[in-house]
Amino acid sequence: MSTLQALYSRNATAVLERGFKVIRQANWGVIASGFFEPVFYLLAMGIGLGPLVGDVTGPGERPISYAAYIAPALLATSAMNGAIYDSVNNVFFKLRYAKLYEAMLSTSLGPLDVALGEIGMALFRGLLYAMGFLGVIGIMGLATSWWALAMIPVALLIALGFAALGFAVTSYMKTFQQLDMVPLVMLPMFLFSATLYPIDVYPTAIQWGIMALPLWHGVELMRQLSQGVITGRTLAHTSYFVAMSVLGIAIATRRLTKLFLR
Amino acid sequence: MVAANVAQVPVIQARSLTKKYGDFTAVDAIDFDVEPGESFGLLGPNGAGKSTTMRMIGGTSLRTSGTLTVAGLDPEQHGPQVRAQLGVVPQTDNLDEELNARDNLYIYGRYFGLPASYLKPRVEELLEFAQLTEKAKSKVNALSGGMKRRLTIARGLVNEPRVLLLDEPTTGLDPQARHILWDRLFRLKEDGVTLVVTTHFMDEAEQLCDRLVVMDAGRIVAEGSPASLIRQYASREVCEVRFGSDRNEAMVHQLAGLAERLELLPDRVLLYADNGEDVLEGINHLGLNPLTSLVRRSSLEDVFLRLTGRSLVD
Amino acid sequence: MTDLATRPSRVTPDAARVNRWGWWYFAEYQIKGFRAFAGTIVATALGNPVLYLAAMGIGLGGMITQQVGGVDYLIFVAPALLVSTVVTTASGLGMWPIMSGFKWEKYYFSAGATPLTPGQIVDGQTVAVGARLLAQGLVFWLVGLAFGAFPDAWSWLVVPIATLAGLAFFAPLMAYSATLEDEGLQFNIVGRFIVMPMFLFAGTFFPLESMPSYLRWIGWISPIWHGTELSRAVSFGQDLSIARIGLHSGFLVTLLVGGLALSHRNFAKRLIS
Repeated sequence: MSTLQALYSRNATAVLERGFKVIRQANWGVIASGFFEPVFYLLAMGIGLGPLVGDVTGPGERPISYAAYIAPALLATSAMNGAIYDSVNNVFFKLRYAKLYEAMLSTSLGPLDVALGEIGMALFRGLLYAMGFLGVIGIMGLATSWWALAMIPVALLIALGFAALGFAVTSYMKTFQQLDMVPLVMLPMFLFSATLYPIDVYPTAIQWGIMALPLWHGVELMRQLSQGVITGRTLAHTSYFVAMSVLGIAIATRRLTKLFLR
Repeated sequence: MVAANVAQVPVIQARSLTKKYGDFTAVDAIDFDVEPGESFGLLGPNGAGKSTTMRMIGGTSLRTSGTLTVAGLDPEQHGPQVRAQLGVVPQTDNLDEELNARDNLYIYGRYFGLPASYLKPRVEELLEFAQLTEKAKSKVNALSGGMKRRLTIARGLVNEPRVLLLDEPTTGLDPQARHILWDRLFRLKEDGVTLVVTTHFMDEAEQLCDRLVVMDAGRIVAEGSPASLIRQYASREVCEVRFGSDRNEAMVHQLAGLAERLELLPDRVLLYADNGEDVLEGINHLGLNPLTSLVRRSSLEDVFLRLTGRSLVD
Repeated sequence: MTDLATRPSRVTPDAARVNRWGWWYFAEYQIKGFRAFAGTIVATALGNPVLYLAAMGIGLGGMITQQVGGVDYLIFVAPALLVSTVVTTASGLGMWPIMSGFKWEKYYFSAGATPLTPGQIVDGQTVAVGARLLAQGLVFWLVGLAFGAFPDAWSWLVVPIATLAGLAFFAPLMAYSATLEDEGLQFNIVGRFIVMPMFLFAGTFFPLESMPSYLRWIGWISPIWHGTELSRAVSFGQDLSIARIGLHSGFLVTLLVGGLALSHRNFAKRLIS
């Protein structure tokens, strides 16, 4: 018990409260701009590229339009990007420059309170983007099932997995140069995880590699939901993110303990 | 826990407290007690182990060996509970730059799990205490160095701590800002708050501390009130003379008989005696003609020099 | 200490020399500064072509069986990807680093305290960025050759074309960034509402003509599209009249020259006030 007592004071809500105070004063234009990124992709690729591609094989072997194919993938990517932005760039700044966590941990907060609170804030941004983008998908008629509504909680789950892992990874970073490496991981993940085209264009070995990456699971899960095709795979993809979240939170808490309570 | 009991035992008690980073021993088996309501100082140069000691008290640094209790609890085992009774003012301000002054206090209070009904009036009180009521809506970056420091101290008081830990409270402030800050700290003392202060400023230690320990290289080398330490380790007065950087050393043997004790520093020679004017007269009598001379009362600086053979700020 | 002040000076800064070469001194300093980021720069320079060509050229291209612009999709998209990635890098260099030079690291102020003029600082900065874009473009082109994505003998010209397009966007952005004194939140807006649409809607992934006419204007004002049109002509011989060549080049040169002129003015305002 004493270990958990040293780590957690059941007060993660205070960290959330801080986050909301900051976000309320933040520039809403900047926050809203994050929403447009996937919309621009959807419009450009759907309208411009769609005619060149034609119909694509969707979940359950049904042919769907190219826009309907990429829309759920863009939603998963958007959840990922929002979560990573909050849990990597913002956390890095607070950790290394603003010394915010140092201040938090000189109060009765424990490291687990801080980790949960900060990850919670990342989820909030993910939730905003997911709801907005699902609205766009709905208006464009790209979802064909009520299951599509489940895309919102699933977007939160995806955001949770990425935020937890992002927080954990960021706790190891020391320089801006290391921060610059993050897009170098995110970009290929976006380009190759069956977002814009199916992965069967690649040799089997590469396909396995892609299937180990989290975004692929997020994309496949979203695509299934958007078309209402629920299978055993749905559960597997979901479990992947649950495991990733638990692991990420555990590492993040351990790292905060190591960094500030030593 | 019985409240009456708590008031009599030391608020902080350290026995053989040790902290090692690999081969380096930052804090080397120190013992000290801090009594309730007292103002206790840790004095020493940078790297003496003061800040590490402070962090162990707050439970944000794990000791290597020895025992430590804060309000009767081990800070390592009960970090959140111990920190709930502490106010921490770190060496560099770590205010929340994304919040204004008022929200800094309010949110920090929330980190202690304090209810809004308590915090709302408390925050206004603290703004007043820190003389920042007019700056309540300013973002942190718009505040001066002295204001930030006062805000950090006010923030440390939000939970009405039994002990306020102040790590180098006035380093980097101009003289006027320092005096304002000292005034605020006196008021806390009068209110019965226990203060633990680290500093490498002698005047600050003399101003603020009832009792202090002098630390050097992780050890406690002396302990007592500022006045008793000066009595014990220095004479009443000091005569400082300068002969120019290349001549100070050569002069030492000619000065030898003039004072009780003599210290040679790179830029000057210090002569300790009960009456400094007499010493200066003796020097002039010998026709030594120093470039400059100064007679002053001994301070903790001299105590430190005596104890360690080094000057405190280098 | 007294020695330093009284010792006779052994060097005399040569004002005429600084007048002539000052821009290069600043460029040299900036190029040296890139070294701290060498890891990221090399990873980006190599990673961009490999990833984009594999993903867009081969992956996406695998779904597009028809010819686009008269060639395979990989060959159609490769020069555009080269131009886009170079312009995107240029946009990054035109935002935070410029602001930092005034606000955080203040290197423009330290340079401004030497005999360098604000104009020389602007020119030097531009040369340094140009050098980096040129190197990045060259790496992309070489990787692209390995993919068989640049068939024509004249395809190496995409490298200078992309550098020109990058600088055409960099220069006006630098002029804008030099005026900012707050936290730079505007850059998020610039990134999302200017750079990203420029990349997506400017005929990079599909001919601009397949966009509805009311969206085509985004391409017309985008340096990426102008650079892409020129680079497709040299890379696989896409038809381009002399008039169009003049139009595209003229647009890019005008942006560059105008941006530099504005930068000269804004840097001078900031450094000498």
